[in-house]
Amino acid sequence: MAMAEEMGAEEFSAVVQRHRAQIFRFLLASTRDADLAETLTQDCFLKAHRNWASFRGESSAMTWLMRIAINLQKDHWRNRRMQFWRKTRANAVDLSEASEWLPSGERSAEQQLMAQERVRQVGKAVSGLSERQRTVFLLRYVEEAELSEIARATGLSEGTVKAHLSRAVAKVRAELGGKP
Amino acid sequence: MNIKKKSGCEPANGAKPCEERTQMDFESMDPELNEALGEFRSSLHAWSEAAYSRPRTVAVGVRRQVWRRAAGWALCSVLIIGGASTGVWKHHQRELQMRIAASHAAEQQRLSAQAHEQEAKQEKEDVLAKEDLLANVNKDVSRQVPAAMEPLAQLMSGDESW
Repeated sequence: MAMAEEMGAEEFSAVVQRHRAQIFRFLLASTRDADLAETLTQDCFLKAHRNWASFRGESSAMTWLMRIAINLQKDHWRNRRMQFWRKTRANAVDLSEASEWLPSGERSAEQQLMAQERVRQVGKAVSGLSERQRTVFLLRYVEEAELSEIARATGLSEGTVKAHLSRAVAKVRAELGGKP
Repeated sequence: MNIKKKSGCEPANGAKPCEERTQMDFESMDPELNEALGEFRSSLHAWSEAAYSRPRTVAVGVRRQVWRRAAGWALCSVLIIGGASTGVWKHHQRELQMRIAASHAAEQQRLSAQAHEQEAKQEKEDVLAKEDLLANVNKDVSRQVPAAMEPLAQLMSGDESW
């Protein structure tokens, strides 16, 4: 019994090491607040640890963790609207500021500036998306998750996920100056 | 390019089912959009990595909070102990003053009783001295009277008590 528990703890520890950065990234992109993302990531793994015994492996651990993170984030927005919105707004940065982090790679200075401008536009468009559209968009284009994984993580049908993605991409394209 | 303006999932006449249609939409994005999304992804990954590995300010905050709390407790303790000891000291002072006043009063009472006693004694002595004096005077008074006063003296000899 004790051995099984020890194995479970080791397994969970490995899961944390493997997925922590990814969960943090998703929460950072969703909340745009590094401190809040850190707190929610910790909450996510705490919740996962409490329910680790009930995880039956029907989906991947990542999908399961992502589902917990999405729920925590939803709860946060709900609470934020009620009580803490002022405080969290003060810490949040605009998603378009992510352009400052764009790696220069092998681009020329001019190309880099143009790329940064494109990232700013995408960030602006993503900031304007609805909560659900943004979640689906970030999972697909930042975390590169499969549609079926997104559907499992969000609890939506694949058709609904695609519909949200379609609208989100149309808005991003419109922001970039293309046809919606 | 097959992006639908209307993204509802009702299949149109003769069209492919919704899921297939949107799947195709996402597979066939224009290169410019693809590039922009790739850059956006790279930016977010870099931002996240930087934020993830930044030095945590939370610990400093917590440490500061602990210090602040400890200082608060120390200050509270000093105030409580100071207040309590001031109270005890004041009470002690009041008791001491009361005791001194009581002893003063007792001393005063004792002195006044002593003075009264002294006075009474003095009075008694005075009375006795007066009586002695009068007795002496009485004793020393001449019993001899001139011849002319003899009849009167004889009258008085029977009454010596005046």
